[in-house]
Amino acid sequence: MKKSRILSLAMAGALCIGLLAGCGSSNDSGDAQSPAPATGSPEVSGTPAGDTTASTSGAAFKLGGTGPLTGAASIYGLAAQHGAEIAVEEINAMGGIQFELRYEDDVHDAEKAVNAYNTLKDWGMQISLGSVTSKPGEATSVYNYQDRIFALTPSASSTAVIEGKDNVFQMCFTDPNQGMASAQYIAEQKLGSKISIIWKNDDVYSKGIRDTFVAEAETRGLEIVYEGTFADGNDTDFNVQLTESQKAGADLIFLPMYYTPASLILSQANAMGYAPKFFGVDGMDGILTLDGFDTALAEGVMLLTPFNADAEDEATQSFVTKYQEKYGDIPNQFAADAYDCVYAYKLALETAGCTPDMTAEEICNKLIEVFPTITLTGLTGDGAGITWDSTGAVSKSPKGMVIQSGAYVGM
Amino acid sequence: MKALNKTSRSNFLTYAGVIIVFVVLQAVMAGGGLSSMLKGQLVPICAYVVMAVSLNLTVGVLGELSLGHAGFMSVGAFSGVVAAVSLQDAIPFVPLRLGLAMVVGAIIAGVAGFLIGIPVLRLKGDYLAIVTLAFGEIIKSIINNLYVGLDGRGLHFSFLSDTLELEEGGRTVIGGPMGVSGNMPISTFTAGFILVLITLFVVFNLVNSRSGRAIMAVRDNRIAAESVGINITKYKLMAFVTSAALAGAAGTLFAMNYSTVVANKFDFNTSILILVFVVLGGLGNMWGSIIAAAALTILPEALRQFSEYRMLVYAIVLILVMLATNNPQLRAFFAGIGAKLRGRRGKDSQGEGEASHE
Repeated sequence: MKKSRILSLAMAGALCIGLLAGCGSSNDSGDAQSPAPATGSPEVSGTPAGDTTASTSGAAFKLGGTGPLTGAASIYGLAAQHGAEIAVEEINAMGGIQFELRYEDDVHDAEKAVNAYNTLKDWGMQISLGSVTSKPGEATSVYNYQDRIFALTPSASSTAVIEGKDNVFQMCFTDPNQGMASAQYIAEQKLGSKISIIWKNDDVYSKGIRDTFVAEAETRGLEIVYEGTFADGNDTDFNVQLTESQKAGADLIFLPMYYTPASLILSQANAMGYAPKFFGVDGMDGILTLDGFDTALAEGVMLLTPFNADAEDEATQSFVTKYQEKYGDIPNQFAADAYDCVYAYKLALETAGCTPDMTAEEICNKLIEVFPTITLTGLTGDGAGITWDSTGAVSKSPKGMVIQSGAYVGM
Repeated sequence: MKALNKTSRSNFLTYAGVIIVFVVLQAVMAGGGLSSMLKGQLVPICAYVVMAVSLNLTVGVLGELSLGHAGFMSVGAFSGVVAAVSLQDAIPFVPLRLGLAMVVGAIIAGVAGFLIGIPVLRLKGDYLAIVTLAFGEIIKSIINNLYVGLDGRGLHFSFLSDTLELEEGGRTVIGGPMGVSGNMPISTFTAGFILVLITLFVVFNLVNSRSGRAIMAVRDNRIAAESVGINITKYKLMAFVTSAALAGAAGTLFAMNYSTVVANKFDFNTSILILVFVVLGGLGNMWGSIIAAAALTILPEALRQFSEYRMLVYAIVLILVMLATNNPQLRAFFAGIGAKLRGRRGKDSQGEGEASHE
């Protein structure tokens, strides 16, 4: 009796592991997926995460990145991964420069990010997409600097990511930059006179934006009537903050946060019949695709984001269509940033004349020279294109968006 | 006499095991045979081993459940980083600076443990579990609102909002929710290894001392211990504070291995993870804790090829291990092997087997 139980248990375990091992190894073998044609017919849907869009030529640049592919922040990591995958497929199909992409999970944790980075290093990563989120980005960028592996992060927006590292570049605005731009925008467009801020006081991203927003608001003569904070664990009930805002007579609430708490704030404000203007930042992007969120609540919400999925231009349209076909939802700015990152690499590698047989360090040295000189016309920059200065910071202008009937419309 | 021989022999085996592993790893590393993934994990593993062994002192030896061990790690991590940054100019010699930072981390975490322990350890029942759980959350909250800066005039502190007003050239060491940024990683595997050895030395010596026997007496029967005149609160505090101080040193080691640390890293989940190391390794069983901590730290990384099923496989492996180690037939099997070995070695060396498990 007992023996058979043990046996069945062992068999079940072996089966499970065998099944999953099968999954894993098919990912790694790489030939499971030949580069898709640029037209992108609906490919095998549900390609496992961590999948490598490998080129078969064997002469490809090994491009690695870490991001939260599981856990609470996974929407950002997966978006970036998917965006980069689409770009890699397109570029590989064009011929010329070939990429082999691999994303590793960091669960939005600095310790795991370093582990993921080291895994990629063992794999032979030559150029890096850094990390998707800020704190992991800070941790891995130190190793990028030490190991001389060039990094261009799609969305790790904290200034500490690029500070003092000559080979780490950003595709997104820095947090302070966003706070300043938001305050400027609100002041210039005269969107509100009495401003309330609700921010998350245990979050780097939220705090970074809030600090410069407050400073800039002061110089611009905006009146901040109330500041409410919340943290992990008490991020579901915002009635106190909203009531206080209402009492203080705020006519605009600034929400420097990711969209999950923002969605709750919107619905709770609606429930209490309080309708100020809401102004968000790029973390708000994604709110429209949130499961179970009534998009009517977001009507009239304004946000600054570098990417607009509804833009009319051909590049954006083709990207959005492909993304929807492949992954079933509308890409957010994380996907667009990652997509642009891969194209920026293509441009820079071509300009620098790098070849895949060069070592990471050789490529790194060339890219450091080349990056400040290139101008990329990507999805996330407007007409002027995207440029970098030698510190690694990006220069592109944010777009003001407002949500109307469930879609972003340029302001 | 025989009992003493048995414990000290198994203690020496543990020391020897740790040293052998260290030497082998160093040799492999020198030969370049170690992947960057493993190399990068050596320091965190040492930190987790120390955490597990120190928690084992509270849970296994003292018999009190602590659910906030990561809180002490956090206290040690942040105070250690502040110490290391403050000493940066005074002590250019890195290992000494790291050592001093660990001592500071250990002392401050020990003080925190003492303060918590005074009221709580006087109580009967599971109060320590509840209070340590709250302690971990409070520490997280406090550090998320704490700002520490360093400039020419010395250290500055502010709470809730950043009002440090540093001089030119000053730097923010702890920036509230930003935690520590731009830290210079100075932890090394050697430092971690030495900390593990010190921890084992402290724990073994405490457990095998007069005080240690008093602590275990309190665990086994509180009333009986009290009736023979053992000061219960004193011995409970002794074990608890030692455990907290060691966790503080581990926290410093961990924090100084990364350029950035945030308070949210040391949350309830981390406390539970360490408790899992202890339970899996066996309560009161130090080498079990060491192996469990090392194995469970490497395992999620080794499972990366399963991509998104990684944590699922991790859970399955955990369950299988739990089932397997608790299976009477497997135990009998291992006991049989143990008996055979013992038989071969002779009668004297009885009992470095599974007995210590429970």
